[in-house]
Amino acid sequence: MKYIDEYRDEKVAKNLISKLNTIAKHPWVLMEVCGGQTHTLMRYGIDEMLPAKMEMVHGPGCPVCVTPLETIDKAVALAERPEVILVSYGDMLRVPGSATDLLHVKARGADVRMVYSPLESLKIARENPTREVVFFGIGFETTAPANAAAAWQAQRLGIRNFSLLASHVLVPPAVSLLLSSPENRVQGLIAPGHVCAIVGVSQYEALSKQFKVPIVVGGFEPVDLLEAIVMLAAQLEEGRAEVENQYSRSVAAEGNIRAQQLVAEVFEVCDQKWRGLGLVPESGLKMREAFRAQDAEAKFDLHDIAVDEPAECISSEILRGMKRPTDCPAFGIKCSPESPMGAPMVSAEGACAAYYHYRRHEAADLVSIGGR
Amino acid sequence: MAGSVVPALACPLPIATNTHVVLGHGSGGRLSAELMRDIFLPAFGNAALDRLDDQAILEMGSGRIAFSTDSFVVKPLFFPGGNIGELAIYGTINDLAVGGAEPKYLSASFILEEGLPLELLARIVTAMSAAAKRAGVSIVTGDTKVVERGSGDQVFINTSGIGCVPQGLQLSASLVRPGDHILLSGPLGDHGITILSQREGLEVDGDLKSDAAPLYSLAQAVLRAAPNARCMRDLTRGGLSSALNEIAGSARVGMEIDERKIPVREAVRGACELFGLDPLYVANEGKLIAVVPAEEAGATLAAMRSNEAGADATDIGVATENHVGLVTMRTALGTMRVVDMLAGDQLPRIC
Repeated sequence: MKYIDEYRDEKVAKNLISKLNTIAKHPWVLMEVCGGQTHTLMRYGIDEMLPAKMEMVHGPGCPVCVTPLETIDKAVALAERPEVILVSYGDMLRVPGSATDLLHVKARGADVRMVYSPLESLKIARENPTREVVFFGIGFETTAPANAAAAWQAQRLGIRNFSLLASHVLVPPAVSLLLSSPENRVQGLIAPGHVCAIVGVSQYEALSKQFKVPIVVGGFEPVDLLEAIVMLAAQLEEGRAEVENQYSRSVAAEGNIRAQQLVAEVFEVCDQKWRGLGLVPESGLKMREAFRAQDAEAKFDLHDIAVDEPAECISSEILRGMKRPTDCPAFGIKCSPESPMGAPMVSAEGACAAYYHYRRHEAADLVSIGGR
Repeated sequence: MAGSVVPALACPLPIATNTHVVLGHGSGGRLSAELMRDIFLPAFGNAALDRLDDQAILEMGSGRIAFSTDSFVVKPLFFPGGNIGELAIYGTINDLAVGGAEPKYLSASFILEEGLPLELLARIVTAMSAAAKRAGVSIVTGDTKVVERGSGDQVFINTSGIGCVPQGLQLSASLVRPGDHILLSGPLGDHGITILSQREGLEVDGDLKSDAAPLYSLAQAVLRAAPNARCMRDLTRGGLSSALNEIAGSARVGMEIDERKIPVREAVRGACELFGLDPLYVANEGKLIAVVPAEEAGATLAAMRSNEAGADATDIGVATENHVGLVTMRTALGTMRVVDMLAGDQLPRIC
């Protein structure tokens, strides 16, 4: 398939690996920030192809995974109200809150619907004028414009029975938190290409300067990631720390201005809790006062409940790139995608889920030859 | 992980994590298997059922019959390449055919929702009749129930079928041995993606349609070419992944397939990219895999390709003694990854 196959080409990939072997003289630790990139690394076994001195650690960039338990509990509580039609992305329906998930609430009679775009929920609201339609919108900077558009349209068109339960997280503050940690090992970053397609690259230039760390804006196909890794290795070996754009077919330096304006009109920056990381200052988006009528938090009486993650779960260390999923004693035993204990096992794009889905054969081969 | 076996519960209750039926229980993936293990097998278990093949093979008098049943709840009822009536015939006879049986007789039961236009019912039944003729089976018994408006969704159909099994034929996933070849009869995902495109109003390029088709003649071609064939599976819900995982688990072998050898149409690949789906998990209604010994693989592949239903057949991989119980795939980049069994649903109500 055009525009796909050339980025999954074995020959191109192997050329990039041999280039990397020539360039990389020292051991380096790199982080891919986005869960979509982690997924590609695991699915295509790219970490298997890399020279041993290049270590990839996985970042916090799975928005489904880092959505706080409390927020999911709020969505569940809303879905349980008889007047509410709770609409969300398919991925969100399986994510467990502290007691249950939306699929189970649906199985017990709640009206929970899956859509591919938040704008579809406006259509549902119009078709069901006597019901309250709540779109549960989560995500990084990537999904914020579409969610903002739904609230903006609802206001413009006077659709009164629509509201948005928003839980948005911003990448740069979380990256900043990771890089400023005394335990940080990460020496180079692959920035999330789709986030940058919206917000541009200037925030990453600030991060690169502040922490003297090279950052390459990367795509999501295997060849994209290998190219980004080669570019980072070159910068590190040459002692440079700049922002470079590998994903120029999607990312313009200034980003998508119209999307940025829409997000700024509907949302404002707030402190945000991340599942697995805790409260990160100025790392989220909340709805502005002018959109109170479209804000589910304001429209319904939703109380915060504090919920703790299971103590055995090492997700905070995994999300900060300090440990690997397979370091966790619960991995694949007590914790699996069907009954996740922590954030990174929750969504397909979480680091633990990616290891679980694609890499268990390594452990199995070790067992079957009586290994470690 | 590899050697761990989850102990079956002694009584049908409780299910630890799910207290209610969720859509994923109908997906053909791991949740379906849990339902089987925790609810149905403890209540119904017997030698014929415990094999968990697509059909039961039963001793009857001096001969053996294959017996299978399937229910059809697809939405929309009519779609490019087929309709619920054709699926109801082909679904059940294909389950018989992959057991090596010649399908003979079917039952057809209808659950109709109050208000269903009779014209619609007549069209479905006409399609069933034509499909049964094409497949050489007779519908010899049936039943009709009507439920109140809102208690069903237009029409649900159940069919059961019986067929004759030739003397001496032994097919079972448990017979698969390391070194055996895995032959796939054609491109994956046409049915599932056709249904999804209809539901989501997606215009897919080209003439994508459901692959709904009878597989008896293809299955017979496999058995003629491969006298020592181990087993066949039709690839419905759960797709190729579920079929391979079930065989790996049952035969205590690993299964290794090669991504580059697995045919997937461009329109299906494109739609899968768009919806975030993996064609290995998408349902088919006219595809099978045959696992045969290495020395019979070449002739079997040739025989499949000369059959209409297997014109695009490929040899996609082998059974192996490595990573017992797991399915792995060599990716387009030459690396290896696991092909996991799907936990729940990728797509709702596709058959």
